[in-house]
Amino acid sequence: MGRFVVRRLLLTIPVLLGASFLIFAMVYALPGDPVRALAGDRPLAPAVVAQLREDFNLNDPLIVQYAKYLGGLAHFDLGVDFSNRPVLDTISQRLPVTIKLTVVAVLFETIIGLAAGVLAGIRRNSFFDNLVLVSTTLIISIPILVLGFVSQYVFGLKFGWFPIAGINDGWYSYLLPGLVLASSSLAYVARLTRTSIAENMRADYVRTARAKGLPNRTVILRHTLRNSLIPVVTFIGADVGALLGGAIVTEAVFNIPGIGRAVFEAVGQQEGAVVVGIVTLMVFFFIFFNLIVDVLYAVLDPRIRYD
Amino acid sequence: MTEQQQRDLRHDEVEAGTQSVLATPRVDVTDARQNSLWSDAWDSLKRNPLFWIGSFLGVFFVLMAIVPQLFSGGADPRDCDLSNSKQAPSGSHWFGFDQQGCDYLANVAYGARNSLMIGLLAVIGVLVIGVIVGAIAGYYGGIADSLLARLTDIFFALPLILGALILLRVGPSTGLPIISDRGAGAVAIALAAFGWMTAMRLVRSQVIAVKSSDYVAAARAMGASNLRILTRHILPNAVAPVLVFSTITVGVLIAAEATLTYLGVGLQRPAISWGLQISTGQSLLRTAPHLVLFPSIILSLTVMAFIMLGDALRDALDPRQRS
Repeated sequence: MGRFVVRRLLLTIPVLLGASFLIFAMVYALPGDPVRALAGDRPLAPAVVAQLREDFNLNDPLIVQYAKYLGGLAHFDLGVDFSNRPVLDTISQRLPVTIKLTVVAVLFETIIGLAAGVLAGIRRNSFFDNLVLVSTTLIISIPILVLGFVSQYVFGLKFGWFPIAGINDGWYSYLLPGLVLASSSLAYVARLTRTSIAENMRADYVRTARAKGLPNRTVILRHTLRNSLIPVVTFIGADVGALLGGAIVTEAVFNIPGIGRAVFEAVGQQEGAVVVGIVTLMVFFFIFFNLIVDVLYAVLDPRIRYD
Repeated sequence: MTEQQQRDLRHDEVEAGTQSVLATPRVDVTDARQNSLWSDAWDSLKRNPLFWIGSFLGVFFVLMAIVPQLFSGGADPRDCDLSNSKQAPSGSHWFGFDQQGCDYLANVAYGARNSLMIGLLAVIGVLVIGVIVGAIAGYYGGIADSLLARLTDIFFALPLILGALILLRVGPSTGLPIISDRGAGAVAIALAAFGWMTAMRLVRSQVIAVKSSDYVAAARAMGASNLRILTRHILPNAVAPVLVFSTITVGVLIAAEATLTYLGVGLQRPAISWGLQISTGQSLLRTAPHLVLFPSIILSLTVMAFIMLGDALRDALDPRQRS
């Protein structure tokens, strides 16, 4: 196990470097001259422009710029944006918001998705099972953008149950965006649980458990559920990494100041350092949670051995 | 072995001057009752309501994309009268009017073309990249496989919307032919560039699974070239899963296009697009909710059509799920 984890950790390094370089290369071809954009209407003196270009390494070739960036990254210096604010500041201010949103989304995903999936899987082809199948198809088909607006309109404007934008009401204001962000994962969790349970209900060991007279509760909770949950737990684990980086649309629709919104704004304002910093962080989360899931697999399922 | 593969093997054998049992046409009394994967699939599709709903919606929206005039109720989407601004839906104008006083039904109907075109183009792009990279990685293995798998991991770690967002924002300044014109082609390329990874993994695993089978060994023993083995003997096996994947992906990419356009980097005015309609309607959600509602519903139905079709195809083509 230890060797496997180390090997996987080493393998993530080229992926992380590659992804950040890809973003870096794309971002530093952003249109327009950011220094001129910074100056606004009053043109800057040529000497000031030259100094700024020098400060932000804009004169170096791409690969040198990237090397200097990596050098800073090595001691947690992600650079500064054009108003001289450290990118790390922006991240540490915005990240907690996105983490809260992700926590709410994962809770919804786990609780609702699991409950629906288990109930549907136990009674296959029942009314509830078909209801789950149809509603998950619907949820998966509705783009998150549309789901955001519809829930804003219905629950925010019509019924007035939830605030429709911002985070001024504490955790309460995260509920609606969290549910919207969780929607498609929730549907996948429900389907995955359903298939997995339905498959295991036919397994030999379940029949054995019933044959030796165990009560239905024990058969389902102790035998079926525990084995069926392995793919579900790993899906949710990997999804945490995806949600942390995938909240751009939700944060835009609900006007939530998380890192998704920050990166979207930064792309618009040509703040290269912010974009690269945040996207690298998102990629890191994604890779990190996938690594955890791989290790988790071995812990949950004793048949899997990595060494 | 399918008939196609048997015919191909026979062709290779004739060239090599050999003959094997595998390649000789079978005379089998039970043959009449043996169905191919595709005829079995069709039998199961016919009985699946998802398939019929999906195909109906799919045909409906493809028609709408080709001849939007049929669905616009005779109105021209660009024939606007400000005095009709934001009028609610009525009997003669089912979807009402937008802020400029344009007939909204016509606008929504004409939006189908861009969405479907980008969805299809992007999927073609995804397939081209995915099949080429996946086939090379799976077939040659070794160093090529390791490098391509890492490359795929790199792209996989970037969220689709984020990657496409940055590429489209950078696009106009690059001066590249299609990327810089901010049109449907640019959006399709951006989506394909950051959406091909699953197709690659799918093809790669299929290729690896089939590579070591006997009939591939037979074809190789008779001196068939790598390219021939790959295209005639191995890739046809990957058609079923790739077909399922592409059908679903059309839907996913149509949704992604609307999202990118909503975020301001996709299609630009004066293009007619559901994403633009939703984005304009957002600020009028309180006074004229129908401006967000109608393009949203039509967009969702379009996405749903492809996802349902894909689901139905998967149920039909995966023999393990058959009882």
